[in-house]
Amino acid sequence: MNAVLDNLELVLRAFSYTVLLFLISGVLSLVFGTLLAAFRVGPIAVLSRAAAVYVTAIRNTPLLIILIFFRIAGPKVGINFNFIDIKIGDLTLNNLFAACVVGLTVYTSTFVCEAIRSGINAVPLGQAEAARAIGLPFSGAMREVILPQAFRASVPPVASVQIALLKNTTVAGALGVFEAFARMKSLINDDVASRNAIFLTFAVIFVVLVEVVSFGANRLERRWRIAR
Amino acid sequence: MTAPAVLFDAPGPRTIARHRLYTIIAGVALVAVLAFVVWRLYDRGQLEYAKWEAFLTPKYISALLLDGVLVTMKMALSAVLGAVVFGLVLGAGKLSDHASVRWLSWAVVEFFRAVPVLMLMIFIFFAYGISRGDSGAYWSVVIALMLYNGAVLAEVFRAGVLAVPSGQAEAAYAIGMRKSQVMNIILLPQAVKIMLPAIISQCVVALKDTSLGYAVAAPGLTKVGQSIYQGFGNQVPTVIVLAVLYILINLALTTIATWVQKRFVGEKKVLEVSMVGKTDAGSGLSV
Repeated sequence: MNAVLDNLELVLRAFSYTVLLFLISGVLSLVFGTLLAAFRVGPIAVLSRAAAVYVTAIRNTPLLIILIFFRIAGPKVGINFNFIDIKIGDLTLNNLFAACVVGLTVYTSTFVCEAIRSGINAVPLGQAEAARAIGLPFSGAMREVILPQAFRASVPPVASVQIALLKNTTVAGALGVFEAFARMKSLINDDVASRNAIFLTFAVIFVVLVEVVSFGANRLERRWRIAR
Repeated sequence: MTAPAVLFDAPGPRTIARHRLYTIIAGVALVAVLAFVVWRLYDRGQLEYAKWEAFLTPKYISALLLDGVLVTMKMALSAVLGAVVFGLVLGAGKLSDHASVRWLSWAVVEFFRAVPVLMLMIFIFFAYGISRGDSGAYWSVVIALMLYNGAVLAEVFRAGVLAVPSGQAEAAYAIGMRKSQVMNIILLPQAVKIMLPAIISQCVVALKDTSLGYAVAAPGLTKVGQSIYQGFGNQVPTVIVLAVLYILINLALTTIATWVQKRFVGEKKVLEVSMVGKTDAGSGLSV
């Protein structure tokens, strides 16, 4: 246990990076995922095809390859984030951090898109027909009947996507952001004898973080449950 | 595609005209984006022959296919086979009548599902693989993926057994079968059929995750790619080639899963287990 307690400050800083990566890419991926889903289910065939191709391609590429693209290949074609240099206390959000956030967002938003689409598919057709039958115009049917149900139905899949994102932040650690994974690796490197204790501590903190997210999602899901 | 049926009425003539206008605008925008990407690649010299030469040289092609694709598939396959066994044990444990076994299996499943694969991988590497060179790295990846995917498949297995109509088990008990017989003769064969597509989809997840072996210098496609771009300095073309290879393998797997779904499961509902890579429109996810 000493191995972790002696370096408590470093461990805390590492998990701050993890949480920051998770929160920023989480919010961004929700925004872009929703946008993609809108293209995907929209009436414009060209956009829907293009979004489908994009989503299929990104979903089937390993996250690591996407992060390598933004971290290592991107700068060669002028995709860099050198303009980003933010300091929050001891935390430095620089171009590496930004590249990882962008990679995580690109990857996760395709999964968000599919999750939201499954939510839209879960709305029974009869609901839309009923909305039209009582004379609601398109915008009214969307606003009052279909989208609220679709959003509620997509809470569980979107939550699993976000939990996966939380665990995926560790991949950023393999590419130079000093978050939990990278910190764990360096602590074990310095003190091989306490390997098991270090791993268990980091693992348990991750279990707790995952439980916090899924607890929040469960509360939301229960509050938003639709009577069927 | 049921979504448009929910969201839209059949469009009238004016709406069709409007959509045609949007289509043209969107098409032009997309073409412009693509053209910009190609121009950027050209402008930064990424389309030069020297950068792509490696992918036209037989030596590197065979390295990519043999040391890359083949090793990656071998890793993913051994991980999934191990995961199926591990998942069967844990899934059976979660369905056990003994509360202690149930709780233990539940705890193991929750632990391995919540811990990032990469952390698990590096821990196994330090604990076991570091002194064993290349094969140590290889097996660290396989074992980590086995534990994670096994925990996910345990849920698939449980859901599969529970999806068999309860009358089946009741009838089996009624003709005097023992618990193990009911499981092995009646429930498992029916459950396996329902589980197959989910297991194949999980292969996609395992295959993508083998790339994480990068962190422990394990062999595989990503490693081969890394040594190619370090040698040639052609990062952009290499990443594109790697991505295309991964996408092709995964699409092949997805096609097989869809075919198995049609062939063995038919129109029945797909198993809904969170964290499993789904075959189609559902909520697929990974890692």
